[in-house]
Amino acid sequence: MSLLSVRDLTIRFRTDEGLITAVEGVDFDIAAGEVLGLVGESGSGKSVTAKALMQLNGKNTVYDPASHIVLNVPGQDPLEVLSLRRERDMIQVRGGAISMIFQEPMASFAPAITIGDQMVEQLTLHTEMGKKQARKHSIEMLDRVGIKEPDKRIDQYAFELSGGMRQRAMIAMALSTTPKLLIADEPTTALDVTIQAQVLDLMRDLVAEFGMGIMFITHDLGVIAQTADRVAVMYLGRIMETGPVREVIRNPAHAYTQGLINALPKLDDLDAPLTPIAGDIPSPLERPSGCVFHPRNPTLKPGSRYETEAPPMTEIAPGHFAALFPEDVPGQP
Amino acid sequence: MTLPLITIDDVSIHYPLGRRLIGTPPVLKAVDHVSLEIPKGSFVGLVGESGSGKTTLGRAILRAAPITEGRIRYSDGDVDYDVGSLGKEALRDYRTRAQLIFQDPYAALSPRMTVRDIIAEPLEVMKLTKSREETDQRVREIAAKCRLNLEHLRRFPHAFSGGQRQRISIARALVCGPKFVVADEAVAALDVSIQADILNLLKALQRDLDLTFLFISHDLSVVAHVCDYVAVMYHGQIKEQAPTRQLFANPGHDYTKTLLSAIPSLDPDDRHRARVYDPDA
Repeated sequence: MSLLSVRDLTIRFRTDEGLITAVEGVDFDIAAGEVLGLVGESGSGKSVTAKALMQLNGKNTVYDPASHIVLNVPGQDPLEVLSLRRERDMIQVRGGAISMIFQEPMASFAPAITIGDQMVEQLTLHTEMGKKQARKHSIEMLDRVGIKEPDKRIDQYAFELSGGMRQRAMIAMALSTTPKLLIADEPTTALDVTIQAQVLDLMRDLVAEFGMGIMFITHDLGVIAQTADRVAVMYLGRIMETGPVREVIRNPAHAYTQGLINALPKLDDLDAPLTPIAGDIPSPLERPSGCVFHPRNPTLKPGSRYETEAPPMTEIAPGHFAALFPEDVPGQP
Repeated sequence: MTLPLITIDDVSIHYPLGRRLIGTPPVLKAVDHVSLEIPKGSFVGLVGESGSGKTTLGRAILRAAPITEGRIRYSDGDVDYDVGSLGKEALRDYRTRAQLIFQDPYAALSPRMTVRDIIAEPLEVMKLTKSREETDQRVREIAAKCRLNLEHLRRFPHAFSGGQRQRISIARALVCGPKFVVADEAVAALDVSIQADILNLLKALQRDLDLTFLFISHDLSVVAHVCDYVAVMYHGQIKEQAPTRQLFANPGHDYTKTLLSAIPSLDPDDRHRARVYDPDA
C-alpha cells in the first residue's frame, strides 16, 4: 500500500453561478520517499487537489461521494481523510501526518509572532515535546535548512528575513514535526532563480535524509524535471498524462503535454520558434464536454469522439498513462 | 552612423534613506553608474533578480523615476530630448513617443471601463485626436493589430482571460503610436501556453510598427528567445552586456554564469547543485 492513495477525486464548488467542477476523476499514489510532481496552468485544479488532502478547501466545497483519499501511515490503520468531519479529528492529518509549504512565505507566517514561537507552538501541539525541547529542536531544524545563526534568527519576525531565508524557515517548520507527506505548493515560484536553485537543492537533500513523500506542485516543467520522480500533468481538473518524469518529458503522448513543452523557451535552441497552444484556458463556467482539452487540441478532426466522450487513462509504456483512446496511442497500428 | 534611439550615459538613481543631523544621509543606490545604448529597431533585454534596479532604470527612461546623476538621451530623428530635463510641452510629446506595458494585466485595466474606453483613454487624455470618429478609428486599428475582435471592444475586462487582457494592455500602450516601448515583465504573470503567444505578438508588432523595445524580465530563457541584445543587472549595476547569442554561448561575468546555471533544465538527467555567486570573489 502506498503512503497516499487518491481515487476518483471529484471536487465541486457551490457558487452563485451554480456548481463548478474544479477537479474530476483524479487518481494518483505517492509512496514514501517519492516525489510526485503535479504540473498545470491556472485553473488546472492542482492546488485544490492538494488542499483536499488536508480538507483545507472552503465551506462551499462538495466532494463527490465516490472520492477516496486514503493515508497509510506505517503502524497505523489506513485513514480515509474525506470521512473526517470534526476539526479536532483533522489535527492528526494537518501538520501531523501531512505538512504543507506555500508559495508566499510572507503570507504564511503570522507577521506579529516570532518565527520561533510559531515553530514551538506547532511542535507542542503535534508532538510530546515541552517548550524548551521544542525550541532546541526548532533551532536544529533552522540550522539544517541552511539558516546561519539559527539561535538568533529564531527570535526574529518573518519580515526581518529575506525571501529565500523565509522559504527555508517555512520548510524547517513544515519538517520539524517529521510529517510522512509534504505538500509543496509552488514553493519556489516567488523566489529569484538563483535562490530557487538553492531551495530545490535543499528539498532534494531533505527527501534523501527524511524519506517522506512529497507532492510538488508547480507550473514550471523545468522545476519538475529537476525534482520529481513521477509527474502528473493536469488541465482543467483532469489528469492528462502521468508517468515517470523522464518518460513523460522525453516521450509526451498527450497533445497538451506536447503543447506545454513546445511553448517553453529552450536555452539550447534559440532559433526554435515558440509555439503557443491555440486558444485560451476556458472559464470554469464553460467547461468543455468530452476531453476537456479538445477545443484547443490541433491534432483532432471535427466530429472526433473526444468532443463528446472523456477518454480513459490508457497505458502507453510501463507506468506511463495518458488520457487517450487506445487507438490513438502513439506507435499503434 | 545614426544615433541610438536611447542613450543611457553613466546614470545613477539614488533614494535617500532617512535623515542625519550631521554628515551625509545614507542613500540606496538603486541604479549605480549604468551606461547602455538601445539602437533603433532593436529588442534589448534587461535581466536581473528582484532589487537589481531593472525596473527603476526602465522607469527613469520613461521619466517616471528621478535621475540623480548622468544623462538619458532620446533621439528618433524628429526630436532629440534630454529625458531628465524635459519642459512641460516636450514631456507631453515624449509621452506619445515612449510607452510602458505593465506586468499584471489584472491590475492594469480599470474594471469599470469598457475595452474601447481603456484603449482610447491615452488618446483622449493627451488630446491626440480631433473627433470621436478619429479616436474610434485609431482604437479599431490598433485592436486589430493586437488580435482583438471588434465585439471585444464593447465588453469589460472581467470577461477576458489573462492572455486577452495582456493584448488589451498592449493595445493601450501602442494606441498613441510610440516609437519606444518598455515592457516590464510583460509575460511574467501569464501561463506558459499563453506566454508564447504574447511574445510572438510583441515580435510581430515590433516589425509591423517599427518599434524599439526594452524588455525587462527575470526570466533568462524568455529573454534569450526574443531579444537581440541583453544587459544583466545585479545590485544596481550592469555586470555584462552583449548580443544575445554571445552572452548565452559564452557568458563572461561570474554572475551571468550563476544565473544561467540556476535555470532549471528540462532534462531530468541534468541535475546539478546550485552555483552561488560571491560578489567579492
